Amino acid sequence: MTLDAHAETAHHVPRLNDPARLRTRYASEARFRMYGIIALSIAIAFLIGLFASIISNGWSAFVQSEYEVPIYLDPAKIDPDGKRNVSRYGLADYTAMARDGVAKALGLPENLDRKTKRDLKGLLSRAVDVQIRDAVVADPNLIGKTIPIRLLAHGDVDALLKGAIDRSIPEDRRQLNDQQLQWVDKLVTDGVLNKRFNAGLFKFGASSQPESSGLVVALIGSLFMMLTVMLLAVPIGVAAAAYLEEFAPKNFWTDLIEVNINNLAAVPSIVFGLLGLAVFINFAGLPRSASLVGGLVLALMTLPTVIIATRAAIRAVPPSIREAALGVGASKMQTLFHHTLPLAFPGIMTGTIIGLVQALGETAPLLLIGMVAFVVDMPSTVMEPATALPVQIYMWATSAERGFVERTAGATIVLLAFLFVMNAAAVLLRRKFERKW
Amino acid sequence: MSFSAILLGIAIIAAVAFFVGLARARSAQNGSPAKLHSRLGYYGWYSAILAGLPAMLLVAVWSAAEPAVLSNLIKGELPAKIDTLNIAQRGLILDQVETISKGLPKLDADALAAVKKTRLGFAPVEEAQQVLKDKGIVLGSAPPPYAINAAIDLMHYRGWSRYLLAGIAALLALGGLFYSASSIRPRLRARNLVERVMLGLLIAASTVAILTTVGILFSVLFETIHFFQKVAPSNYFFGTVWDPRFSSVGRQLSGAEGQFGLLPLLWGTLFISSVALLVAVPIGLFAAIYMSEYATRHIRDIAKPALEVLAGIPTIVYGFFALITFGPLLRDLGASVGLDIAASSVLTAGVVMGVMIIPFVSSLSDDIISAVPQSLREGSYGLGATRSETIKRVILPAALPGIVGAVLLAASRAIGETMIVVLAAGIAANLTLNPFEPVTTITVKIVSQLTGDLEFDSPQTLVAFALGLTLFVITLALNVYALYIVRKYREQYE
Repeated sequence: MTLDAHAETAHHVPRLNDPARLRTRYASEARFRMYGIIALSIAIAFLIGLFASIISNGWSAFVQSEYEVPIYLDPAKIDPDGKRNVSRYGLADYTAMARDGVAKALGLPENLDRKTKRDLKGLLSRAVDVQIRDAVVADPNLIGKTIPIRLLAHGDVDALLKGAIDRSIPEDRRQLNDQQLQWVDKLVTDGVLNKRFNAGLFKFGASSQPESSGLVVALIGSLFMMLTVMLLAVPIGVAAAAYLEEFAPKNFWTDLIEVNINNLAAVPSIVFGLLGLAVFINFAGLPRSASLVGGLVLALMTLPTVIIATRAAIRAVPPSIREAALGVGASKMQTLFHHTLPLAFPGIMTGTIIGLVQALGETAPLLLIGMVAFVVDMPSTVMEPATALPVQIYMWATSAERGFVERTAGATIVLLAFLFVMNAAAVLLRRKFERKW
Repeated sequence: MSFSAILLGIAIIAAVAFFVGLARARSAQNGSPAKLHSRLGYYGWYSAILAGLPAMLLVAVWSAAEPAVLSNLIKGELPAKIDTLNIAQRGLILDQVETISKGLPKLDADALAAVKKTRLGFAPVEEAQQVLKDKGIVLGSAPPPYAINAAIDLMHYRGWSRYLLAGIAALLALGGLFYSASSIRPRLRARNLVERVMLGLLIAASTVAILTTVGILFSVLFETIHFFQKVAPSNYFFGTVWDPRFSSVGRQLSGAEGQFGLLPLLWGTLFISSVALLVAVPIGLFAAIYMSEYATRHIRDIAKPALEVLAGIPTIVYGFFALITFGPLLRDLGASVGLDIAASSVLTAGVVMGVMIIPFVSSLSDDIISAVPQSLREGSYGLGATRSETIKRVILPAALPGIVGAVLLAASRAIGETMIVVLAAGIAANLTLNPFEPVTTITVKIVSQLTGDLEFDSPQTLVAFALGLTLFVITLALNVYALYIVRKYREQYE
């Protein structure tokens, strides 16, 4: 680049090695680099903040306060006529028996007034009735004996032990009154009331009390749906991709199909929910809240992902393999099934797992087909009402009780754990089966 | 006889055909496999297909046509006054007939006799209702005698239809078996037929993918047209008030129709999406630039998976995070500086959604920036530019179409997002410019209109489909446009 006198005098041309300008340029470079680091840090900070918030809110969901107290199963109340008639067992007042057991553990006298009885009852979960009854039904020989049973504490007691209730608030504004607080402290000191691993989270279904609600229905529903997705989306997706990649003529229609599939992959998930509602529930009359319908909707959502992944995997198989197969006399179909697909299998598997991971976390379409259901018992077939893990999180998230907040976070941790395991499996499989052609 | 029993029978015949065909082929080869055109297995499948496929197609067609044909036959038995009833009542009676006819085969002889007595008027209809109830078939109301009559006839017709179907299907299957068994010769091109059928299956699978799109379009379109028959399109597209007014007893009396204005919802969607993009695009772009241009391998090895983790977190988790932590955090922050930020404001939902979209922007931009050829960079360095100057003046302009495409795709993702806004944004439709207030979006309203106990035909439910169609069209347009821009402005480097 030449500097001629003309240009120099015409206007101020910055000198090439002007130190001031160079400093500005280097400063701008440093700033730019700093922006990049800041951006990355903000993203990672959010990630850490998200995990920290969920884990700090949720880890306490995995422990549950329980009483271990001897309960006298009074035969006069359970089985007055001595006939061991199972249908009579449900009529007994087990809560009263539990209350008496706790009273004895506290060293209270026999005949208590109404208020004391009510306060004692407030320490126990409403599910205690069912807990004791189930024990009696399972083994009727227990009637008349005094057995130690583990009873669920009331949600407020659980919250107290986890530090969520402020003791300094005046008594009439608190969930537990002073007398109950005293009792709880004594029971904790005596070792009657303590926190244990919350197995109920994986045994119970939906409930209106947080202490007796669990994820079992959601887990089974999600399992059924994942199975349906795998059984439907994988064969259909692989078959469609194989056809489009190997056999379809390259004309306008196949181009249209390809554009179509790519667009389907980008359609918002809620639209699939509308499709499920209009076609599967309204038109085909399938039962609402059935995990079959959820599985069908999710399978349709996963189909484009599987097709795209399979096409990429098939394309990655070198043409020399195909030509060798054709050369020894195989037909195109035989080449596909005996050579191309087995070699493309790792890519197909990775794509399927990624599709399943996305399907596992989907909530919106399931909300529309009615999986927001209060299901207490485990579903045993795909046609029975069920719910899914993310939908359960949504349902609990909209409950205001403190116990549900921690359970929502706990369920989120379970969901994230599943996703982590599946993603890790996908990465490991990809790394193990990856072939460098 | 149920359809599944018939299908099972066909499957058994097809399985037998498989082994027969295999055996015939084995005997035809006479010890030297080279004589046969195809490998042995194909002859077995050939027989199985010839035996099973026509029969199964027949069953499929029959099962689709049977309900219509049967109900036509029954209509002649019902008195003419049925036609004067409205659709709901007629449907009720037809349902009753259907239920009774399905329940009759479960009755034992006594119960059946009791029911038959009522149809001729020898016993009150309540008796029939009770008899059926004892066997577990509950009817809403006592069926009129002609309904019981029709039900009994329906049961007979259905029985005949099934036996007829079973007979024809068996004939077809056995015919196929014998034909295939007799036609197996060494020169028979069994593999070709089998492969043609397999190709047909592959084509059918591809059609499912297209049918999905067609299904989405048609189902949503259909219901939207229903909706526009009840609510004027101008009310929907240009209305500025969203007030669906769930139906109550006094609806007809009060005469107040719901207002289904799209504009507040559209505004909410666009507002929150723009906030999300405002967060995601700078962060994502700068993160991508840093990772592709500046970062060492160590940093890249940590940062890239971290961003992928962000992408893999389900949106419900983001929504819950916004509800529990981020919303109150913003509210408290705002209170400490004197601003009144609602716990579920545009800012809450927008920022969290932005964080969710960061991986989209960053990974797509990363790929695009890496695709810019090294020669451009080296030319720029050769002229004395610093790294940032190269990026700002050479690389970004070269990558711009791709980056714009990535941003548009991210925008379409943000617009279609549901769970974050359901949990973190409000449900009050609000046309406001204030980012501290709650607004609601199209997706939230779709969910709230459909998770209620409403009859399917009311405008309150149908509007969800109209909203869904709007959303589908917007995101489709964005995606197509993004693709178009990328293709049109893409530089072809050799």
